[in-house]
Amino acid sequence: MADERPVAGPRARHRHEEDFPIEWERDHYVTRREFAKFLTLGSGLLAAANVLMAIVGRLWRPAAPVAARIGRSADVPPGGSMLFRYPTPEDPCIVLREGTGELRAYSQICTHLSCAVVHRPDRDELFCPCHRGSFSTTEGRPTAGPPTRRLPRIRLEERGGEIFAVGVEA
Amino acid sequence: MSELAFFIDYARCIGCQACVQACEECDTHRGRSLIHLEAVGRSEGPQTVPQVCMHCENPICARVCPADAIKQTSDGVTQSALKPRCIGCGNCVQACPFGVPKYEVAIDQMMKCDYCYDRTSAGKRPMCATVCPSQALSFITREEFDRTRRGVAVNTFRFGREIVRTKVYVVLPAGTERLDVRVTPGPAAGAVGSDDVARLLEEVEADGR
Repeated sequence: MADERPVAGPRARHRHEEDFPIEWERDHYVTRREFAKFLTLGSGLLAAANVLMAIVGRLWRPAAPVAARIGRSADVPPGGSMLFRYPTPEDPCIVLREGTGELRAYSQICTHLSCAVVHRPDRDELFCPCHRGSFSTTEGRPTAGPPTRRLPRIRLEERGGEIFAVGVEA
Repeated sequence: MSELAFFIDYARCIGCQACVQACEECDTHRGRSLIHLEAVGRSEGPQTVPQVCMHCENPICARVCPADAIKQTSDGVTQSALKPRCIGCGNCVQACPFGVPKYEVAIDQMMKCDYCYDRTSAGKRPMCATVCPSQALSFITREEFDRTRRGVAVNTFRFGREIVRTKVYVVLPAGTERLDVRVTPGPAAGAVGSDDVARLLEEVEADGR
């Protein structure tokens, strides 16, 4: 009959029928329980990965960097500073001599956003010009501005008028 | 042997309510009977008819569901509403031409016959068909139906201009190919029978005045 409209049978699918199919198999429904399970397992996995990283970091240490000659003692007068690279040529560092005659050396990379810090002998600080952060010269701790972590310290030795870098304190 | 199919033979129903009780025992909806046992012409005779979900090939209940809660499995069984999705709007109750979905007020959800999916998917018979003493509800193979029954099994219905094909068969007199159901515009327009409870109540009310 012409006026009959079969409900069943093949016909073009509407957009909403693609998005919300009646067929059980084509319906991708995430239950609250499944979602909670995913969240729990996911965060558990992240926590486990953190613990693993901590253990690995504690057990495995990079080989101690070898001592490197960085210059003559006379190159760094009291209140003066000098740049060098240690332990690799990719790691810029700064050595300075305080008024008392003590040598200090730190990584030159600001712990905030990795700009290069400069020595300001008049204010007795290491200064980062990018965001006006400053670090004390005695310990390398942040004293002002955005940085919150101290600069890695380079251990130095003076042997017969020569300065050697012998290690890094993270 | 063909696979097991559901046949409803309305003429065989004796109104014993066994299917109603058995349906309540189903584990997926314990305590709630989802089968309908309707009296036909209560004033004229004792005829009753059982009505389970017919599992339409293209389920109109699922198509009208605004919450995407009614799903059909690949074996053609239309499942009851998904609990987290059903919003209890009753669209499916209005839309079903067989009047199958039941709106449960207490839980604000629709529940419907799901072919006892836990049983039939494992090769067992639905609860109602296992207990029906006259086998008005029977879950048998096509061969067994042809061997034991008179009449034809029909699964095509016509409601007004809509043709509906179903997974469940009804038994009709031989020679019938399709069950045509006259659709009246609504209770207000159609003449109501004397067994219409609402009209009887109206009459009682009118007499009391």
